[in-house]
This record gives sequence, structure tokens and C-alpha cells, in this order.
Amino acid sequence: MNNSLQEYLIEKGLFITAISSILVIILIIIFIFLEGLPAMESYGFLNFIFGSLWAPTQGEFGVLTMIVGSLGITLLSLVMAIPLSLFCAIFMAEIAPSNMRKILKPVIETLAGIPSVVYGFFGLITLVPFMREQFGGTGFSMLTASIILTVMILPTIISVSEDAIRSIPSEYKEASLALGATQWQTIQNVIFPAALPGIITAIILGMGRAIGETLAVIMVAGNVTQYPTSLVDPVRALTANIAIEMGYATGLHYNALFGTAIVLFFMIVFLLIIANYLQYKKKVVIGGGYL
Amino acid sequence: MSFRLLSPKVYQKIMKIVFWISGIITIMILLVIIGYILFKGFEVLSLEFIFSAPIDSGRAGGIFPMIISSLYVTLISGLVAAPLGVGAAVYLAEYSEDGWIVKLIRFGAETLASIPSIVFGLFGLSFFVIFLGLGWSVLSGGLVLALMALPTIFKVAEVSIDAVPESYREGSLALGATKWETVYRVVLPAATPGITTGVILGMARAISEAAAILFAVGAALTIPVSIFDPGRPLPLHLYILATEGISLEYAFGTAAVMVIIVLIITVVTNNMVDRYQKKLMGR
Repeated sequence: MNNSLQEYLIEKGLFITAISSILVIILIIIFIFLEGLPAMESYGFLNFIFGSLWAPTQGEFGVLTMIVGSLGITLLSLVMAIPLSLFCAIFMAEIAPSNMRKILKPVIETLAGIPSVVYGFFGLITLVPFMREQFGGTGFSMLTASIILTVMILPTIISVSEDAIRSIPSEYKEASLALGATQWQTIQNVIFPAALPGIITAIILGMGRAIGETLAVIMVAGNVTQYPTSLVDPVRALTANIAIEMGYATGLHYNALFGTAIVLFFMIVFLLIIANYLQYKKKVVIGGGYL
Repeated sequence: MSFRLLSPKVYQKIMKIVFWISGIITIMILLVIIGYILFKGFEVLSLEFIFSAPIDSGRAGGIFPMIISSLYVTLISGLVAAPLGVGAAVYLAEYSEDGWIVKLIRFGAETLASIPSIVFGLFGLSFFVIFLGLGWSVLSGGLVLALMALPTIFKVAEVSIDAVPESYREGSLALGATKWETVYRVVLPAATPGITTGVILGMARAISEAAAILFAVGAALTIPVSIFDPGRPLPLHLYILATEGISLEYAFGTAAVMVIIVLIITVVTNNMVDRYQKKLMGR
């Protein structure tokens, strides 16, 4: 076979594999939108997104309670996960002796690898009864779900922000230490600000994981379609709505669940665009930009 | 800071303790979760549990059909996603020049990695199960999982191909090899441990996923023989056992099996990365 023709064909073949993820995304968008848009159209886009009533048997398809549920669980878990994971990431990158680091790295990989149903199951068995004793009610609540999600997003935030911290030029650190700053002052005033864009990316990725999590949330959140009035009220996430009702949905109800997925899809794409924008703007400004 | 209650040295000591505590808390979280699951799971874990079929929808018996289902969907996902992911990584690392198409490909892989699993589940239902007519089968499930494994394999493979020293390529090209010969005979073999790690990590994502295959694989308790048979992979079995209140005892057993699989995967991949790094540094 002609050598240069073979080379040409191989390059084109590899190109096709390279664009496979884009093709898959286009297919996903087509199929989700084809099934989902009819429901949004017939119920009205604004009614669908800003409607508070979800009652498929009565033809009511408002998903706002679930948007609130998803965001509530996510923000609450971020509040708990951010401090712990940032301290842990800085610990791994700057402070921990190498044998401690050798323990922490596989620990975080294992935390990332544990299946989400196992987390959900663990929450169902241990956390739900605990919350029931502490706060009354059923124990299935926004707070319970966000505690489980906290553990699930820890590895994402830790590993991405650790990479960000490690990628800071060591001159920055050395200059600060040479000026007589303590290690904590260096972390606080030099390392942390320099790593901030990467850290925010890490947080956004963790947020994406929290919004997208399904089965673990179903198992502990209570799944009631109402606005929570306190942290220990049950809520239903957008993801949970799909997983719970898809098994028996028909007609417009079926389409409305795909519509729920469209809302979810846009939330994730929005987060990704912010994350990419931050990566793009990743210019380190320390010392008033003179460094 | 304009005011100071404590001297910087005292601050330094306090913060050091805070950092150590946060590291230790992270380790404790993992130990508590896997310790609890393994401890409870070992009560039912036995060879019989692993190698027998479930009785009375999982209240007794074992999980053998679920293990076979899990192997089926995971292998299918690996067989489909590995060539695509590695091919894409080779193209980006060796053939492409930076431009909008490369940015688009990266954004595509990133988006694919962050799409919620339940959205994959709906796509699997409407595309593989209904549109392509593959029905509820381990094939449909495996294909959905392949899409989820793809970005992981791509990302890890690209990093490890990039890490192959430039001198390897130059040496091969100087001997008169073509670009593809260089990639196939020199770059890929040197990057194999990294690529294998990527494929394992991708398949690990597939073996632990349940939401994405909820509407694709069926929930049959029987052993799938052909790829068109329905099955019930381990995570799905655990989900059904726990949420339908069938058997907590057997749910613990199933969870323990999955935790053990995750632990094995972590140890194996860590070993490979270590060896790979040593090899690149000239042993």
C-alpha cells in the first residue's frame, strides 16, 4: 500500500475518533431536546421553569421547586466542602510530609472511586436515623443530602485545587519566605491568591458533580416536591425527579421528564462556560501585578 | 491585616494544626465509610454469596448474575471507549496543531465528563433502547457507559502520550520511520502504562455507575448470556435492594463487594503510575 496514502487515512481515522465526543454531545442534545421540547412548549417555557406545582396526573409540570431543591442541596454541600477541601489541598501541596502525602493521595482516589449508590446507602443507614433523632421528622432532608454530597465532592475539589496550588512557580513562595513571612502568611497572601482561579475552577467542578448526582440524593433527600422552609425539610432534586418517575411516565409526563433534563443540561453548560472563562482569564496578579 | 491579636508565629502554629486536622478528617471520613460497609458486609460475604444466584429477588442467595452483568457492561464500555479515547488522545497529542478545532474537542470532552449521569440515562433510553432498537440489554447499558468512560480515557491517555520524551520521536523519525510508525512502534508502547491506567479508570467509572443504566439495562435477576439479554449490574442491584427495602443485610454484602473492587482498582492504578514514572526517569 502506498505509504503516504496510508498515513493520510490513519490521520483522518484518528481525527474521527477525536471528534467522537463532540458527535456524542450533539446526539445527546438532539435526542433530549426532541423528547423534551414538546412538553416545555405545550406547558409554556416560563410556566415549566417558574411553575411551583408538579402534579403529572393533573397535567401540571412546574419544576421550580426542584431547581430550588437542587441548588439548595448543592450550595449547602459547598459551604461544608469548601473549607475542608481547601485546607486539605493546601495541606497536601505545601505542608504534609511526603509519607503523609503518600497516604492522602490514594485516600482521595478511593473517595472519588466509591460508587455513588454506596454513599447513598451509607447515608440511608447511618445518617438518616441520626438526623431523625437529632432534628425530628423523617430524617430525609436537604441537610442530610448535602452532608452526603459534601463527602462526594471533596475528592473533586481537593485534587483539582491541589494541582492549581502545585502549579504556582516556587519563586513566588521563596520570595515571600525570604522576606521573612511565615509559612501561613505565605499561603494566605501569596499562594492562595495565585491559585485562586484554579481553586474556583475546582469548586465549580465540584458544584457540577453535586448538581448532577442522582441516586445518592434520592436515597436521603426525601424527594417531596415543595419549597423547603428549613434545612431539615425534605426536597426533591431535578435529577431525582427524572430517576423516580421515568419508570412509569407516559405521554406528556414522559416528555416533561426530558424537559427536566434540558434544564439540568443548561445548568451544567452554564457552569462549564464560567469555568472555562476563568481558565482563560487565568492571569496571576500578585503584588499589584508587578511580579 | 491592620490589627493583630496574635503574633505571626503563634498564627503559624495554630494554622499548621488546622491543616493537619483537615488532612486527618479526610482520612477518617474514608476509613469510617469503608470500615462500616466492610464490617457489616462481611457478615454475608462468602464464596457462596459471590457464586450463587439471588433467591426471592435478593433476600437470600447471592449476586453471581449481577457480577456477570457488571463484567458485561464494563467490558463493552471498555471495548468501545478505549479505541475512541486513545485515538482521540493520539490525534490531539501527535497530529493536531493548536486551533479552534482542538479547543472544541477539549471542550467537548469536558462537557461529556460533566453531563449528569441521569441525562446519559435518558439518552440511553431514547437512543440505544428505543431509536436503535437494542432494547433493555447489557449492550445498551454498556454503550451508555462507554460514553461516560470516554472522556476519562481520553484525558489520561493524552497526558501520558504527552509525557513521552520528544527524543523518542526524534530518534524514530531520524531512522526514517513515518509518523504513524513512530506513533505505533515508539510513542504508544512508551505510553502504554499510562494508557492502561486511563482505560482502567474509565472502566472503573463504568462499573460503579447506576443512574446512567437505570433505563437501559433492565433489572433482570437472571444471568445475561448474549449481549442482547437484560441484566442487573451490582450498583443497580444495591440501589434496588436498599430503596425497595428488600434486604439491608444483602445490600451491605453487595456494597462491600463494590468497595473491595474500588480498593483493588486504586492499588493497581497507583502501582502502574509509580512504575511508569520510574521508567520514564530511567529506572
